[in-house]
Amino acid sequence: MSNTLGLSKHRNLKHRNVKCTSFKRMSLKHSLKTVLACLLPVMGVLPLSSVAHANVEVPDTLTWTVPFGVGGGTDVWARFMSNWVTQDLPGQPTVVIDNVPGGGSITGVNLFSKRADADGDEMIVTSASTQYPAMLRDRRVRYHYADWELILAAPTGGVVYASSSLGQDSDSVLKKLASEEVKFAGQTPTGLEMPVLMAFDMLGFKISPVFGMKSRGEGRLAFERGEVALDFQTTSAYKSNVTPLIEAGQAVPLFSLGMMNEDGHIERDPSFPDLPTFSELYLAQSGHSRNDEAYQIFHKFFASGYAMQKMLLVPKDVDPQLLEQYRQAARTLADDPAFLKEAEQKIGPYKLMVGQKAAAHLQSAMQLSETQHEWVKQWLMERHHIRLQSR
Amino acid sequence: MIDTLLSSLGHVFTLTHLLFMIVGIFTGLLVGIIPGLGGIAGMALLLPFLYGLDPGYALGMLMGLVAVIPTGDTFASVLMGIPGSSASQATVLDGFPLARKGQAARALTSAFLSSLCGGVIGAIILTGFILIARPLVLAFSSAELFVLTLLGLTMVAVLSGGNLFKGTAACGLGLLVGAIGAAPATGEYRMNLDIDYLYDGIPLIVVGLGIFALPEIVELLLSRGSIAKDGHAHLGKGWSTGIKDVFKNKWLVARCAGIGSLVGTIPGLAGSVVDWITYGFALKSAKDPSQFGKGDIRGVIAPESANNACACGAMVPTLLFGVPGSGTAAVFLGGLLLLGLEPGVSMITTHLDMTYTIIWSLALANILGAGLCLVLARPVAQLTRVPFAILAPAITILILFAAYQASRSLGDWVALGMIGMIGVLFKSAGWSRPAFLIGFVLAPGAENYFYQSMQFHGAEAFLRPGVLIILGLILLAFFLPVIRKAIIRRDQTHDAIEAAPSPQEDVLASRGFGGIDALLLTMMAVVSLWALYDVRDLMPLGKAFPTLAAFITLVSVIAVIFNGWRRGMIRVQQPTFKALGVMLGFFILIGVSALQGFVTTALLFCLGFQLFIARKSAKFAGLFTLGVAVFLLGMQSVMNLHYPTGLLDDVVLPMISLR
Repeated sequence: MSNTLGLSKHRNLKHRNVKCTSFKRMSLKHSLKTVLACLLPVMGVLPLSSVAHANVEVPDTLTWTVPFGVGGGTDVWARFMSNWVTQDLPGQPTVVIDNVPGGGSITGVNLFSKRADADGDEMIVTSASTQYPAMLRDRRVRYHYADWELILAAPTGGVVYASSSLGQDSDSVLKKLASEEVKFAGQTPTGLEMPVLMAFDMLGFKISPVFGMKSRGEGRLAFERGEVALDFQTTSAYKSNVTPLIEAGQAVPLFSLGMMNEDGHIERDPSFPDLPTFSELYLAQSGHSRNDEAYQIFHKFFASGYAMQKMLLVPKDVDPQLLEQYRQAARTLADDPAFLKEAEQKIGPYKLMVGQKAAAHLQSAMQLSETQHEWVKQWLMERHHIRLQSR
Repeated sequence: MIDTLLSSLGHVFTLTHLLFMIVGIFTGLLVGIIPGLGGIAGMALLLPFLYGLDPGYALGMLMGLVAVIPTGDTFASVLMGIPGSSASQATVLDGFPLARKGQAARALTSAFLSSLCGGVIGAIILTGFILIARPLVLAFSSAELFVLTLLGLTMVAVLSGGNLFKGTAACGLGLLVGAIGAAPATGEYRMNLDIDYLYDGIPLIVVGLGIFALPEIVELLLSRGSIAKDGHAHLGKGWSTGIKDVFKNKWLVARCAGIGSLVGTIPGLAGSVVDWITYGFALKSAKDPSQFGKGDIRGVIAPESANNACACGAMVPTLLFGVPGSGTAAVFLGGLLLLGLEPGVSMITTHLDMTYTIIWSLALANILGAGLCLVLARPVAQLTRVPFAILAPAITILILFAAYQASRSLGDWVALGMIGMIGVLFKSAGWSRPAFLIGFVLAPGAENYFYQSMQFHGAEAFLRPGVLIILGLILLAFFLPVIRKAIIRRDQTHDAIEAAPSPQEDVLASRGFGGIDALLLTMMAVVSLWALYDVRDLMPLGKAFPTLAAFITLVSVIAVIFNGWRRGMIRVQQPTFKALGVMLGFFILIGVSALQGFVTTALLFCLGFQLFIARKSAKFAGLFTLGVAVFLLGMQSVMNLHYPTGLLDDVVLPMISLR
């Protein structure tokens, strides 16, 4: 805290308060005097504060709340990103990662939403399992994405593939899937696989899902054991674990979920340019359009769960200039070749989403209208016999 | 392949690699010894260093950490009866009674030597096995996993101590508690009373601490002795006895290590059943099992040789499939991802050298870690001599500290107190606490794998060759010792009678009945009925399991009552008022901590306890409290931990200005 003068008023207050208590310890007799002495300069600063943020400085320590355990996917992502994001910020601040796991990330985010102040030194890292409960209006959720500003979002893609026992090429497999009931191993119907399950439905696949897998990896094990004939993996796991199966002729890739472009449309996944996307397959069928209710809902869950799966956000009352500095750093990072090279290997070959456009996409993805919410509720009930316990 | 093996060996023994590994080992021992921390906390400590390090060296550090976590937690299990992590639950059963008998050094030495052997055997098996493991891992479907969980559950029969139905009732209650939270098949929430904390279910560490550690503390507080009740003179000698014990039971070590490394390779099961299976195996195969649970060294050797081997075995699914086989393996997987290594088939093709570096680092770290613990065993065992009145506040604070790390919620403490009450009642009425824990630990697996196998395979699930083989093994495990004993008994009748437990004890275990029994039976009946009521509206797949568990409990309760009525009960006194008084004190401590903050409460509690209850000098009390303060605040700043804050903490802690 060397640059007290340049900081916003909240920060200043906090700083003084700490001083107060340490003075108290020195001498109880003078405590009243000290309190007064402490308060006076604060009062003096108050009227000045509107002028003070003409030149807002980035705090020297940033605390990122990661609502997941150490070593999990989101934690690894956050630690990787923290090294890069700070490089492009003035003063190169230190990032402290605070893991607050529990409730599939709901616990930690609730806590952040309640406690974090808008000084700009506290940020939250979220993932699909933070976004979905908010969209589904889970009873435990006490946070709102509207309370935060997006700094950056990182996408991931995914591929659906099938056992070659269903057919040697994707056309014959797709045909078979429309007529034959096939098993799919998933975690929960309301988790990351939800848009994939919706996609199966929209393409007319007859799927009987088996839930309770602890990870997508377990789903892949069930596929390799021959217990299920259809599976889905996200990009990095697909590349290292499914590609060998395809080379060995045991699996056939069917389609990717695609990737969202700047205008919010789904196009081919840059990692799998030769694979059609789900959207292509869906829209190619007669009578289907982008305006279908189902497609719109799929798009929202795809956007918040895949195209913007992992996000870094900051409370929205943060000083606008500070926010601009963070966003500028994210923009610089998104085009940094050194970052892109390392990111491709460690978090996937996708471009970061930054700036106002990304924020707008987030906002539209997170908003489910009453009828859309009701549609999801009905779909979960009819297709998966799940009663959505929402607010 | 031999080339790869040798070059990996060469890499493991380079000085830099060794140094990094030793850093990992020290971290692992530190987080292993302090209950409640475990692998995740260790990872959090190492992560900042791992980042950007050469993958080979980073792996060494990671392996050092991963290998010694199931070793270090033995200290707390044996010395204080605190199950430090899931790998050391069964060790508590005989390790702590041995410490009470004044044989802590013996128990620790045996435990560490078996850990060392288990780890090395596991690594040797792994060297060859990893190349051919893929088909085996794939052969284990949910059906086989379900039957293995069943095998774990049958251990209840072995551990229920004289009264089978009390055992199954305890297990049923454990299954019910384990079913709290989301149903795996439907995602519906069950029995959560609308409390946010219960949505995730109660964490294992909280249940372990509550059921095992708290009742022991209460008893020791009331008896006001030291942990070692007798045999102070023998404390030092235990070291060589412990080593001899392991050599005497070398085949047990080898077999348990074998079981451990094989069960470890099965993803999704590993850590939670392996120590119970091997403990049951040791008990069943012993000629005279009467001392198990009261301090039989084999009860320490078996799970300890298995859990380090299991950590090796757990590398197979982690490396080959990217699916972690245990909690520790999950931590390791996170480390791999951070290093940019994506596990998969390539680990035995292009990256085979990396895989062998991992395996040999694991073996070496086991040797170094267990060796270090062996040296420490003797001096640390002296702790059991310290009068408990001095140690009690420290252990109480340690338990609170450990429980709170489980999910950093005040709910952890309330759950700890509740389970602790069950533990106290169970202990005073002679009900099987392991049976409860087994039920709790295996509930999610039993439920999940049963649904999955039924959905994947239908009724044919139970006709799969793997399932039949395991079922055959279960039967064999149960009947072979019985047959063997029958033969022995026919040959030398009088020996067998001598070895049998004294009839008096036996009769009391099966026919004694007291006020606490009545209370527990009523409580279990009420809880099961409430559970049935709570899940009545759920989907069939969501309520089937808790319904089954409630019925198991209810039927067992009725059977206990019926049995007692038929065979005649013997009224016994079960004094618990004092114990319940101590528990009330514990709840008050929780309440005050929640209100004014953990750190200040802990310090005031320690100070007050030493001055007014232990009646120590002010100087001693001050130093003791200072020690606790250094520990708590040191942990907070080094590990970036959180404690519940409150009115007083908010005022006092900024003064110390560590935060």
